[in-house]
Amino acid sequence: MHLLRAIQKGADGAYCVGCLEGACHYNAGNLRCRERVEYVGMLLEEIGLEADRVRMYNLSSGEGPTFAAYAKEMTENIMKLGPNPLKKYSQN
Amino acid sequence: MIVAKRKPIDEIKDLLKDYKKVLNVGCGTCVAVCLTGGEKEVDVLCAELDMARKMDDNPVDIEGTTIERQCDREYLEALDSKVEGYEAILSMACGAGIQFLAERYPEIPVLPAVDTTFIGVNQGVGWYEERCRSCSSCVLGMTGGVCPVTMCAKGLYNGPCGGTNDGSCEIKKEQPCAWYMIYERLEKQGRLDCIINFKPAQNWENQVPRTLIQPGYEKPE
Repeated sequence: MHLLRAIQKGADGAYCVGCLEGACHYNAGNLRCRERVEYVGMLLEEIGLEADRVRMYNLSSGEGPTFAAYAKEMTENIMKLGPNPLKKYSQN
Repeated sequence: MIVAKRKPIDEIKDLLKDYKKVLNVGCGTCVAVCLTGGEKEVDVLCAELDMARKMDDNPVDIEGTTIERQCDREYLEALDSKVEGYEAILSMACGAGIQFLAERYPEIPVLPAVDTTFIGVNQGVGWYEERCRSCSSCVLGMTGGVCPVTMCAKGLYNGPCGGTNDGSCEIKKEQPCAWYMIYERLEKQGRLDCIINFKPAQNWENQVPRTLIQPGYEKPE
């Protein structure tokens, strides 16, 4: 819902970062999160937006450089997709 | 529980195309349990419709609310103060709830956001299977707890038919033969005599809208 809300409010993209698969404090929490991110992507596609505006990444808490690399990758991805067409409504 | 599935977004969009102010009403009972029309699903659909209509340059003012049960007057009452000013109501309840809502607010179009699918069981998160057709004359006591109306493709009361094939139904191999299951279950229980007893055909005349008043209760004036 938070991802969907971000896109609804005009964000060009949003991503979730969870622990490595198999290392979640909440057992299957990060696996469920991935399923939900994929579901949100499907919803976005249904209404004519790109599913790739939302992504799921996994890393451990000690992987600062990887976190930065994922942030860079997501930024490049968003730049490639262009602005969210819903942005004009959120600016009103 | 009653199991439903959400209609495709394009169908819902089409139902709402003439309306600019819509109230989306969820139901907190069966459809919430089967992850179709509860509070979370109402929020998701509202967000999706809001974005979809903006993508079409035809924004809609949509608000969501969820009540405990749409098939109960006591809970519908909570909507009385909310519906005013809305051009249409979208209901995410089962067919019974949608009709009850439409009956209560006859001046406002009440539109379905879900397709009511069956009475079923929860086999896992998001995985449901049909078990009952609410035929009004339960034979489970004679069939080892396997419903031939629901599970047999022909709904036979006295089976199996000639299409039974090594435990499968003739319609497809993956569909188990209900009467094969009934035989196996009764055999395990040492009750195979049940299968011999002839069960008269269902009185399908009872498939008109039914009313049930429990003993000790009366139909209100």
